[in-house]
Amino acid sequence: MQAIRTENLRKEYKDVAAVKSLNLAVEEGELFSLLGVNGAGKTTTIKMLSCLTKPTSGDAFLMGKSIVRDAAEVKSVIGVSPQETAVAPNLTVEENLRLMCGIHSFDKAKTGTKVTELAARFGLDSVMHKNAGKLSGGWQRRLSIAMALISEPKILFLDEPTLGLDVLARSELWDSIRELKGKVTVILTTHYMEEAEELSDRIGIMKDGCLLTVGSAEEIKKSTGKDRLEDAFIAIVKGERK
Amino acid sequence: MRMLCFSGRTAKEILRDPLNLGFGIGFPVILLLLLSAIQANIPVSLFEIQKLSPGIAVFGLAFITLFAASLVAKDRESAFLSRLYTTPLTAADFILGYLLPLVPIAIAQSVICYVVSAFLGLKLSVNVLLAVLAVIPISLFFISAGLMFGSILSVKQVGAVCGALLTNLTAWLSGVWFDLDLVGGAFRKIAYALPFVHAVELERAIVAGSFGDVMPHLLWVVGYALLFTFLAVLLFTRQMKK
Repeated sequence: MQAIRTENLRKEYKDVAAVKSLNLAVEEGELFSLLGVNGAGKTTTIKMLSCLTKPTSGDAFLMGKSIVRDAAEVKSVIGVSPQETAVAPNLTVEENLRLMCGIHSFDKAKTGTKVTELAARFGLDSVMHKNAGKLSGGWQRRLSIAMALISEPKILFLDEPTLGLDVLARSELWDSIRELKGKVTVILTTHYMEEAEELSDRIGIMKDGCLLTVGSAEEIKKSTGKDRLEDAFIAIVKGERK
Repeated sequence: MRMLCFSGRTAKEILRDPLNLGFGIGFPVILLLLLSAIQANIPVSLFEIQKLSPGIAVFGLAFITLFAASLVAKDRESAFLSRLYTTPLTAADFILGYLLPLVPIAIAQSVICYVVSAFLGLKLSVNVLLAVLAVIPISLFFISAGLMFGSILSVKQVGAVCGALLTNLTAWLSGVWFDLDLVGGAFRKIAYALPFVHAVELERAIVAGSFGDVMPHLLWVVGYALLFTFLAVLLFTRQMKK
């Protein structure tokens, strides 16, 4: 089943088209990465798909629900971890997780279960009573993703999840993201080629609001005759593809 | 349930910030002590405790605007609000979740102010209790102003507008530090067209038991509270849709 299907999705800001007629399909359980330089339209695409901004025209269907007509139902099947860490800084890690449970109207028993489960899955047990604002960037990202998963979403949006992290923190977060593969449909935006190659089932490359190509890392490299994804990306973005 | 969960978070974020406690409670108390010491050495009728304490109680509320505006602006800039916009929370949940927990904080602030004033010679009576209750509509004005500024300004701008400009306006145009009749003219007219002096006069009239003087000031305060609540709702929901 398709988790996401977009139909001529377009977003304009005044006279600038940030996303132009995007047509994309993502299968359930797939980890799909959106690659692109700054201003390519990745974040705008995620904002439209997560109902944070309305498309100028076109539509997208998440688990069959329209982002234009059924925003409330779409919100019930998605989780979002924004580009910024987006945690409540003066609340502890546990309180942040409990806050998300409360917002999703979980009862006491379910809240306890979810908090314990996500703390264990993301290795947060050792920092549960620390204020989120005092954590390192890597811990904050883990907490951010755990908060996005509280509602047991069918689709998870990760916007630049490892931006600004050191090599070790990035590697640890990759492990956490790999754990999600097959269980949740993940849409990930990133600037890091190795991240996209390491984690993704398929990759979409965007430039100037257009989706230039979609395929596995191997397919994309093969289509450009390059050995490295970075070289293939540059070739595609510069229009040098054979 | 969802709103209560969110409002609990608002209260924790504000009360756990030591700067907020310092400015919200410490600064008004220091002013009370300092001006009472001046009054003891050089008697000035304006700084007599029954006139000073209502003025400081209102002046302290200007910091509540700063707390509210800072929290909303930080939540916007850190994408914490973006994350929450993808959850089932409604616009009413957000607005009430920011507004309501600040009312008891404002009341607690004024209680501390009047209790300290009691040690400095203010006679505690039912009138003081009524003056504390009158803080509710006054605080609604200041909190709504915070929600409004937080919805349209960056964190840096909030510091300038609410931290510097509003606190100074509250000080100059409230008649706490000097008698507005001494300046007169356009300055006095402007001051009496704004809510600050009416809030102070309302508190002073209640503390003094001059209930015949309460109504015109109460009407000004309630009018401004309603106007700013309307503007806060309008501007907050507008930024939600952006």
